[in-house]
Formats: sequence, structure tokens, C-alpha cells
Amino acid sequence: MNDRMIGRVKRVNGPVIEVMGITDAEMFEMVRVGKDNLIGELIKLETDGAVIQVYEDTTGIAPLDPVYGAGMQLSVELGPGMVGTIYDGIQRPLEAIREISEIYIKRGITIPSLNREKKWHFAPSVKQGEHISGGMALGAVRETENVLHKILVPPSDKGILESVVPEGDYTVEDVIAVLKTDAPQQKDLFLMHRWPIRVQRPTQRRLPLDVPLITGQRVIDTLFPVAKGGTVSIPGAFGTGKTMTQQAVAKWCDADIIVYIGCGERGNEITDVLTEFPKLIDPRSGRSLMERTILIANTSNMPVSAREASIYTGITMAEYFRDQGYHVAVMADSTSRWAEALRELSGRMEEMPAEEGFPAYLPTKIAEFYERAGSMETLNGDCGSVTIIGAVSPPGGDFSEPVTQHTKRFIRCFWALDRNLANARHYPAISWLDSYSEYLNDMASWWEQEVSPEWLADRTEIMELLHKEVRLQQVVKLVGPDALPDTQRFILEVCTLFKNAFLQQNAYDKIDMFSVVQKQVKMLHIIVTYWKRGYEAIKNGAVLIKLRKMKVYRDIVKMKFSIPNDNLSGLDKIEARLERSMDQLEALYA
Amino acid sequence: MPERENRRLLSGREYIGVDKIDGPLIFVGKTHPVGYRELIECVDKQGNVRLGIVLESSTDIVVVQVFEGTSGLTLPDTRIRFSGKPLTISVSKEMLGRVFNGLGRPIDGGPPQRSDIELDVNGMAINPTARQYPRDFIQTGISVIDGMNTLIRGQKLPIFSGNGLPHNELAAQIARQAKIRGTNTEFAVVFAAMGVKHDVARFFTRSFEESGVLENVALFLSLADDPSIERLITPRTALTLAEHLAFNEDMHVLVIMTDMTNYCESLREISTIRGEIPSRKGYPGYLYSDLAELYERSGMIKGYKGSITSLPILTMPNDDISHPIPDLSGYITEGQIVFEREMDGRGIFPPVAGLPSLSRLMKDGIGEGMTREDHPHLASQLFAAYSYVKDVRNLASVIGEEELTPLDHNYLEFGKEFEQKFVSQRKDEDRSIEQTLDLGWEVLRTLPAEELHRITDEEIEKFYGK
Ligand SMILES: Nc1ncnc2c1ncn2[C@@H]1O[C@H](COP(=O)(O)OP(=O)(O)OP(=O)(O)O)[C@@H](O)[C@H]1O
Ligand SMILES: [Mg+2]
Repeated sequence: MNDRMIGRVKRVNGPVIEVMGITDAEMFEMVRVGKDNLIGELIKLETDGAVIQVYEDTTGIAPLDPVYGAGMQLSVELGPGMVGTIYDGIQRPLEAIREISEIYIKRGITIPSLNREKKWHFAPSVKQGEHISGGMALGAVRETENVLHKILVPPSDKGILESVVPEGDYTVEDVIAVLKTDAPQQKDLFLMHRWPIRVQRPTQRRLPLDVPLITGQRVIDTLFPVAKGGTVSIPGAFGTGKTMTQQAVAKWCDADIIVYIGCGERGNEITDVLTEFPKLIDPRSGRSLMERTILIANTSNMPVSAREASIYTGITMAEYFRDQGYHVAVMADSTSRWAEALRELSGRMEEMPAEEGFPAYLPTKIAEFYERAGSMETLNGDCGSVTIIGAVSPPGGDFSEPVTQHTKRFIRCFWALDRNLANARHYPAISWLDSYSEYLNDMASWWEQEVSPEWLADRTEIMELLHKEVRLQQVVKLVGPDALPDTQRFILEVCTLFKNAFLQQNAYDKIDMFSVVQKQVKMLHIIVTYWKRGYEAIKNGAVLIKLRKMKVYRDIVKMKFSIPNDNLSGLDKIEARLERSMDQLEALYA
Repeated sequence: MPERENRRLLSGREYIGVDKIDGPLIFVGKTHPVGYRELIECVDKQGNVRLGIVLESSTDIVVVQVFEGTSGLTLPDTRIRFSGKPLTISVSKEMLGRVFNGLGRPIDGGPPQRSDIELDVNGMAINPTARQYPRDFIQTGISVIDGMNTLIRGQKLPIFSGNGLPHNELAAQIARQAKIRGTNTEFAVVFAAMGVKHDVARFFTRSFEESGVLENVALFLSLADDPSIERLITPRTALTLAEHLAFNEDMHVLVIMTDMTNYCESLREISTIRGEIPSRKGYPGYLYSDLAELYERSGMIKGYKGSITSLPILTMPNDDISHPIPDLSGYITEGQIVFEREMDGRGIFPPVAGLPSLSRLMKDGIGEGMTREDHPHLASQLFAAYSYVKDVRNLASVIGEEELTPLDHNYLEFGKEFEQKFVSQRKDEDRSIEQTLDLGWEVLRTLPAEELHRITDEEIEKFYGK
């Protein structure tokens, strides 16, 4: 190890270590501690001392153990080989770790994040003598069938190209270009570069958010859509479906790259993704879903400080792919565990706590994280986006707690999971009353142009009914349903139908697990038609029971399971049958 | 390196006299550099040895936590020996059939436990890529579990109970009846008792004895009258043996840990004494991570034959599921079996609340080829219908049963049948999965077929119509 010694351990308290006799360390510098070379990061600097947080179990570390500085901030390696890989919170490849240490993650393992031996076929797109600057593409590598990996100039570099290698096979450490900069020395460029995880990668400018991220989940796309580049929070008590919702979105959404961060959650959930994703086929590319996915796993039993870092590791990788002009969706499950890691570290540093023991800077940190989402014009002139979908795990399911509340200030789309819905096995348990999307109006024109002109009107109609239902249910609770006139009872009926036939979506059903947008608008329209025409019929004297007993009713209830995404003609038939049944009913009372 | 050499020489050095004793914590000044979480021995005036570990180490002072408590210790006469290594226990298959204290020392009068394999009780995090996703159905013979909250081999499924509810009976019944169908592999049981009374330990011992499996059970007892701090190490010792049995000896291990609430309270005690900033209800902010270190030790590993399935039992203070202990557990475990006092009052055993109970791993372990093809939809329909029953009961309590619609009356009937025929069973009743599923259809027949939205037409034809 050629690192320099920067001090010695003074005090060990879990992952937080006080260091004495500090010489020339730099803030956020990556460090190594003790004989096992545990990885850490310097997080507080004083005249003589410093505080570091260690990303591995500190058992056995003792006072006077040496601390070495790596001379750079905690960074990730960005280059070909990330897609399809599973990393821990500080970008160590877990598969490679397993080859060394089998079942368990032993301490002090150093493995480069990107494979050093593997050769990639690089095709340059620039020539010697060209002026280039940070963020520009030098060429590309086909990383997977889906992902053409653009090789970017590190954002902080610029100059004239002295030389570029010809098209051919290179490792991430081979020099592929040489840059003449203002500095006296030339600068070598590689297929990879490093970037500090706590620093947002630069772009030209933010673009407006007006295209939805289509998730295939009806309650999301139709009721509470999120824009590409948007921010979403999914709060919910345990077992209400945060992970399931995020996995469903990760599987079916129309992003180019998925960064899935398992932050302080279960080991088996990561294993589930690892076993399932490679087998699932992305409906748009026809390729395995794993070929567009990067996994970051810092499970609940892994060191808590690496949990804190995992969020930044993930978002930095996402920004890097955005800078190549891709639409990236980041799932962070769960941001509460990250906030708790902050709290634990802050507590061990004996900082003054604010609410519920969380440090006073919690809101700032949350804001900084969600600020890294957005749709951007990249330095290379492309358009790319990072969408962040963060789960929140409020203690006791109480949304008034600090993490949920502060997150709410910085996100624009809120998918509130409801304990009662989950208990009734109404999945996804996204509450239609507590959730909202501030992107709705900006998405409407996309839906109208790309899918159906009726979308917004139908959606508004059904949302109104759902809100009316709440008031009617209050009446029913007091006096029973019989006290309501048929027109109002019909509202209850339609809402029940909408919940069963549309909002509930079974993530395990082969057909129902995702719905293309055309299927969604048609299903919605059928239910709205049932409502509108049924209401007219009742006003003209039809009895409610006739509407419920219509044969087509059962077809409507089951259409989500029976009509496949690739052949929607069945829905047109149901709609025609519905119209006919309504015509007949009307004829009876004409 | 001189430091390393020094430490090896210095470890084992004994310090006479300590600076401060506060509850289970001892503060020792002016030591050699002592490692974080190092094992120590604390010797009192009479020469009795107690074990402890280092909670914090600095150049000025070392904070040590003594598992057997600090009662009777004095400042000048207490001697502390640092071992230079973490707390380990020696493990072997021969530990089955024996009884130990929380630190893994035999208390059954038998010979001391010896083995060449010494393992750190803290374990290490399992690499997620090494895990095998659990999907083997365990038949417990209990309908409400097998049918609706299926237990899977390698799962961690806690029982959320309350004081005085029959969680011990259910856990013992599961331990007696659990089997993987079509195999005759038996489960070895590792039982960890934290702060429970003697009669609880006796109840389990007797239950294992009666079913003739005692030689397949290792008990780690840290009972109510043992020092509370010992409870912090008890589950770790037990899980360390479980890991050895599962991953070195190819055994399928069922770990029963009771009562996790007592464990958490000991953790709170230490945290308070150390003056840490609490999060909710005085529990330390790291309670989640600490529990995860225990619960996440269950599972299956690729390429290994054994498994660890765990059934932690916890009593919800005040029957409140949002209390930090059940709440944080629920955020870590793969579902939960929740008891309801009201059902117990009505004489239903097991008093498993239908709606808040959940098994997250059941999806991959049930259905065709594993249990029966109708299982997934049947379970989902039972949940949906029972949830509607709860609404109808609420409504009936306001407007009176007479005012209900005929359909709602059907649902009330369904609710009754469901609780009395399906959920309720004898404490020695071992139902096969087929019996359970058939019972499920039987109670569903109280509802008209049009109400069964979650069941396909074919299934209605084949199972409901029978
Ligand atoms: N869309 C869905 N379809 C079918 N089942 C679902 C769906 N959503 C949730 N579930 C059920 O709910 C269970 C819990 O969901 P999930 O694991 O996503 O909860 P969570 O909110 O992430 O909980 P925790 O906070 O404890 O991690 C799942 O195991 C599954 O049984
Ligand atoms: Mg989850």
C-alpha cells in the first residue's frame, strides 16, 4: 500500500473513529485503518484531530493503530462493466468478493470496482488534434446488447487531443487517448474515470419535465404519474409494499438504466432480484432485464456507515449514465435506513440532535439527494434524466415523523401506502386519497398526443367519484347502505369495481404484472363508460341490481387478467358488449 | 510492525483495580491499546471469573460491558484481563441434546463442551450473492400458517404476541410438527431463552421430551433471574451454533428465540447507562441494525445443504404493534404471525389475526408442484373475504345485524366458519396441506360464487363446486 500515514487511532466507538496527530489529511479523503486496512472516509477535520467513519466492522481496532490516507476523496469508478453488476455500498463487487471470501463478507478486502483484465471493444469517435472538453464522448463500447456505453472525458478535463488509439480491444486501464492541457503535463485518458460520490456531476442545464416515466403500474401511470427526471417518495409501514412497488417499477418502467439501491434492507430481497431479473425479459428490448440494471446492496446487517454511502454511490452511477444521454431510474430502498445511519453516526460523534435524535442537517442532506434528480442537457449536448424513487419506512407507519415530513418538502410525487389496503390485500396499496403527483398537468399533453385524447377527462371523472365515495361511506357507516338512493349507491358500486378491476394489480400474475398504456386507457374508459351510462339508466328508472347482474360485469372485473398486452382487441369487444347491454337496459326504460 | 507485536504480548495482561462501575459497565483507565469488541475476563475478590466485551476503547479509557453483571464488584479489587480477541464459542454437533447458559457454558451438569471449532459469536454479514432464495414449503400442520402465512425453509418469521397469549404453545407445536413433505429430514432445534421465566423453559423442554426430539435440541437459557445483560449475547451464541449446524454440518435448523422484547430492553438499558441519544421510547437508534444482525443470520446458502429458519417470539408491549420492538422487527423479518387478544378471548387457538399476519416468502413456495395449484388464489380470496367480514362486523355493530343486506349476512357466516373451522384447531392437530386447502374451500362455500373475484372460473369449477 503506497498510502501515506496521516495519524493514529485515538478512540474507537463502533464505526466512528477519532484520529490524533493528523498531518495533511483532506476532508472526505478515503482512508485505511489498522492492520486489516479497513476502508473509511474522513468526515471531520480539526487542527490536530479528525473523525473518520469506517465502512467495515471495526472489531479489534485499537488506539494507536495507524491511519493511512489514499490521497483522494471517496469515489466510484465509472466505465464499462457496471451494468449487470452487484456492488456493496462503496462499490466493491460482491460477486468478486464471494470468490475470495465465500459465504461471508470478510473485512479488509480490496478489489477494484471494474474488472481490470476484461477487454472492451472501443470505437473512437474523435480524432487527434480536436478540441475536447469535459463530458464529451471519445467513442463508445457496446457494454450489453441494450447499452452502448459512451466513453466520456472526465468532467473537469479539457484540451487538445494529442493522440487517440485506433478501434480495438482495451482494458479499463489502457490509455485510449492523450490530452494536451494547460498544465505542463499531458493527461492520459482511459475507458474509466473516477468521480467523488458526494459531488453532483455537472451538466449544461436543467430541462423541463414533460414526459412520463411509464411504469406499467396502473395506479401510478393513470392516477399519480411521475415524469422522467422526477422525484417520488413511497412511504409505508412495514409490509405495505414499498419493495414490491419499487421492484415492479424497476422491472417494467421505460427507463434505459435502472440503479437499484438496497439500502439497509433484507438480504433475501437482493437475492430475489438477482435470481429473477436475469430471467425476465424487458418487453421493449427483448433482452434480459439484468442487462440494464445495476444493483447496490448494503443490507441491514452490513456496516451502517456503508449504508450511508450507498445512496451516493448509486446516484453518482446514475448521473454518469445520464451524462451519456440515457434515462436512468434510481430506486432507493429505503431512504429511512440511510437517514438512520446518519443519525447513528451523528450520535456517535456526539453532535446535538434535532427531532427524534436525527441531526439538524437531515433536511439539507435529503434535499441534496433529491436535487440530483432531473432531466438535463448533458455536457455532450444530449438529453438524459435521473428519476429518483425513494422508499420511506416511517416508524409505526406514522407519516408525521421527520424523514417522511422532510422528504415531502423536496419531492413532487407521493405514493402513500396504506396499512388498511395492504391488510385487505389490496395491492399495490397506494392510497388514492393521500397520494398526489405534481407532474399530472405536465403529463397530460403527452398522454393526449401519444395515447388517447380522453385520458385526462376519464381520470378526472374517476378521481371525483373516489372522493365522493369517501363522503358516502361515512353516511353508510352511520345508517347503512339502504339509506342511500340508487344513484349514490351506484357510485359505491363503481368505486368498488374500479378498485378491484383497475387499481389492484397483482405483481405475481403473468398478464397483470404490467399494463401497457393503451391497455390502461381502454380499461379506464370502459369503467367510466359503465359509470356514465349506468348512471343515466338509473336516473331513467333502472334498478341497481340489473347493472350489477349484467353479464359483461364479470368480464370487466377480469379484463386485467384476461386481456394480454400484445392483443388488446378483447377490450374493444368488452366495450362493445357493454354499450350493447346498456342500450338494451335503456330500451327497457325508454 | 512493533504495534502488532506489542499487542500480542500485552493481551493477557491483567489490570488490578478499575476506575468506575456503572450498572453492567466498567471503566478502566491507563491500559495498553485495547481492541474494540475484545473479549475480557473480569475477576472479583473471590476469584470468580465473569466475561465481558469492550464497548469503547480510547487512549484514556476503556469501557467494558460485563455479561454476568457487576454485582459484588469493588473498584480496587476487581481485576480485568484483556484477551486480544473477540468473544468466541466452541461449537459442535454434540451440543444438541444439551443445555447451556447464555454464554454457551453447559448448565446441565454434563461435561464442558470441547471442540476444535471456535467461532466469533458476532458472526459476519452474509454476502447477498451467496444466498439461495428460500422456496421450500414447510408444512407446520397449522391451517392458518400453511394456508395463508406459509412458512418457508430459511425464512425468518416472528410471532408477535402479547403477555399471556399462547405463543409458546404455537412455537412448540410448529417445532414438533414442522416437516418438508416428501423428505424425512428432521429439524434440529436451537432454542434461545432471554429473560423468560423458568416455567417457560420447562414447558419447552417437556414438549421436546414428550415428542422424543430432545436429543435434537440445544437450549441456551438466560432466564429472568440471570443478569439482564447476558441476554444480549444469548441469541448470538445460539445463532453461532445454528450457523455451524446448518453450514458446516448440513442440517436444517429451526431457531426459536424468546422473548425478543426482553433482549431489546437489555439493549435499552445499556444504551441509557452510556448516555446515548435515544430515538423512540428510549430505545437506541441502532436497535434496527442490532436486530438485523440477529434476524439476517437465517437463510439458505448456494451450494450448502443446510438452512436456518427462525421463529423469534416477541410480546408486544400493550399489544401495540407500532411499538418500536415489533415495528422494527417487522421491518426486518420476512413477515409476521400476529396474535389477537380478542380471538384468544373467544377461545380460538391459534389466535392468529387474519389481516396483519403475512408471510412474504410464501409466493414462491406455494402453488402447483409445491402445495397445490389452487393455493395462491384461495389464500388471496380468504384474505379478501375476511377483510370484508371485518368491515361488515363494524357496520353491524353500528346499525345492527338486522339492517345488513343478505350478502353481508353471508359474509358474517363466512367469518364465523373461517375462524372456527379453518383457523381454530387443537394443539396436537397436525393437518396436511390438502386438508387445510379443502377446509378453505369448505368455508368459502358460505359465499356465492360471484363474490369470488380472485378465483378463476376453472378453479370455481374444480374446487368450489365440489
Ligand atoms: N403488487 C403486489 N402484488 C402482490 N403482492 C404484493 C404486492 N405488493 C405487495 N405485496 C405483498 O406484500 C408483501 C410485502 O410487500 P413489501 O415487501 O414490498 O413491503 P415493504 O413495504 O417493502 O415492507 P418493509 O418495509 O418491511 O420492507 C409482499 O411480500 C407481498 O406478499
Ligand atoms: Mg421493503
